[in-house]
Amino acid sequence: MADLGKSAGDREPILEVRNLVKHFPLTQGILFKKQIGAVKAVDDISFSLYRGETLGIVGESGCGKSTVAKLLMNLETPTSGEIFYKGEDISKLSGRALKAVRRNIQMVFQDPYTSLNPRMTVGDIIGEPFEIHPDVAPKGDRRRKVQELLEVVGLNPEYINRYAHQFSGGQRQRIGIARGLALNPEIIVCDEPVSALDVSVQAQVINLMDKLQKEFELSYLFIAHDLSIVRHISDRVGVMYLGKMAEIGSDTEIYDHPTHPYTQALLSAVPQADPEGRESRERIILTGDVPSPANPPSGCRFRTRCWKAQDRCAEEVPLLAVPERFRDSGGGAAHDSACHFAEEKDVVGAS
Amino acid sequence: MLLEVQDLHVEFTSRDGLVNAVNGVSYAVDAGQTLAVLGESGSGKSVTAQAIMGILDSPPGRISKGKILFRGEDLLTMGREARRRIRGEKMAMIFQDALSSLNPVLPVGYQLGEMFRVHRGASRKESKAAAIELMERVRIPAARERVGDYPHQFSGGMRQRIMIAMALALEPDLIIADEPTTALDVTVQAQVMDLLSELQQEYRMGLILITHDLGVVADAADVIAVMYAGKIVEHAPVDALYKRPAHPYTKGLLESIPRLDRKGQDLYAIKGLPPNLARIPPGCSFHPRCPIARDRCAVDVPPLYEVAPDRSSACHYWKETIGD
Repeated sequence: MADLGKSAGDREPILEVRNLVKHFPLTQGILFKKQIGAVKAVDDISFSLYRGETLGIVGESGCGKSTVAKLLMNLETPTSGEIFYKGEDISKLSGRALKAVRRNIQMVFQDPYTSLNPRMTVGDIIGEPFEIHPDVAPKGDRRRKVQELLEVVGLNPEYINRYAHQFSGGQRQRIGIARGLALNPEIIVCDEPVSALDVSVQAQVINLMDKLQKEFELSYLFIAHDLSIVRHISDRVGVMYLGKMAEIGSDTEIYDHPTHPYTQALLSAVPQADPEGRESRERIILTGDVPSPANPPSGCRFRTRCWKAQDRCAEEVPLLAVPERFRDSGGGAAHDSACHFAEEKDVVGAS
Repeated sequence: MLLEVQDLHVEFTSRDGLVNAVNGVSYAVDAGQTLAVLGESGSGKSVTAQAIMGILDSPPGRISKGKILFRGEDLLTMGREARRRIRGEKMAMIFQDALSSLNPVLPVGYQLGEMFRVHRGASRKESKAAAIELMERVRIPAARERVGDYPHQFSGGMRQRIMIAMALALEPDLIIADEPTTALDVTVQAQVMDLLSELQQEYRMGLILITHDLGVVADAADVIAVMYAGKIVEHAPVDALYKRPAHPYTKGLLESIPRLDRKGQDLYAIKGLPPNLARIPPGCSFHPRCPIARDRCAVDVPPLYEVAPDRSSACHYWKETIGD
């Protein structure tokens, strides 16, 4: 069981993912398609999300973090594994039952330029969810509801008849967030919600998301590659590498007491806005590139780039669990980490 | 001084009227020095670089005023042929998106070798050997086997190394890198920045690093020029600027980024949006967003005040900003 984190207490998780697997088949031939392999985008991942908390998922391109988002949104069908929403496996649902669940899980996309229809007014974009779920807002009430939503995300309610191109990137992302909020969901999956925005606008959107979370007790699954932003917004953080979860724990555990070598390398590679520390900080520069997910290394997937790798790493897949040596320590290092040779290392200079 | 930009103005004609993308920018880079030009989208940082390289789209762009001195010679009054010889040979540029900057239908080795064939009149055999050597220098594994590969066969990090190799091919004196690592993952970004600064030291090149990433700047730069709405608002050595910013915009930017080494409370957010360059606010262009703006700021254009011998700030109230 993963660490529960500070906001979770001992409540039931609102969303629980168990042994989730998504393989995209690689085929050969035209008439008689023969499967010659599979891209193992997500390979046996488990985590829980609690009410009102933010779980950050970090990882580099190709690690499978966006596929996880699509699986949670039921935009992709998992190859195997379960996704429990309040105790019910949503990956097997269809029809009316699926529609009811989807209402409660919404998504905010990365690119505010392509995720809003250029031919629809802002009012139509934000009000569209009501067409699908008419019980949330009766027809005569929709306009008022949309204006309320615009106000909630800090936009002028009078802009309801404007088109997306009349807004800046940050404002567009607010429209995307308003659309996500329309059906009063409990969970919002955010896939890189601020990475397309300028620095000064990024902070505005992050603060808005913080505020909305408190106001509506939302749970966020926050997928991003910017480690500083993820630390700022998350209660717990999971680090993914090549379709697997490498390490997961509270934000302090992951950032101040990372035990997985990949997390350590990732953190040490982040350029920090502190020129004084640049000489003293230890840099772990990884060699080579991420291997192909169609043909991942045996054993530990990180071993081909790991400076600690030994024979055992090629033979045995490390399990995601609290490493034995830290189990009774009670310190920050006692959290789930999938490494045979887990060692604590402070790479961001927190202490 | 290797390169000196003096009071550069660039304007574009557009449907909205005249857009003043660059409004009097001056900066200088010496050999072996790294100047970071920091700014958000639309601040004019890339347009300035394009003007230096002579690759500005014109029309609609036009350099309306200013000088660009390369080793004391003004590039803007120079003949076409002389300018062409400097570009590539003496100064080179690295772009953000390597995939769209490389020709997809030619092998990378051919594109690298082109530098030697065009500028040095090398034979095909010689240029191929030089391409392999360059690829090895930017640490592309199995360079000899991969010299015939096409851009799409390389990973993002390797493509960016090939771009670096191409820029370095003729050992230029000045490199302009426009967001060289923005499209890359952090671990790859670290590799590429490492390589770039190592090669810069080796050849004692001047480097203009254009970026919006305050972290990358802190790691790599000696001097920073912060741009806002086509102007330099603060110019300072890197340590001084991060420790005590002298312009409210710089200060706001530094406070608005989350920290990796501790969890903060609410982020400071600069209110409002960057201005439309066709309608830049009068007075100080930052005043509508500035937390300390007064009546004077809406009228008087602030000059670059000298804050210390090697740093300046375009804020009437820089003393107040730097003080607390």
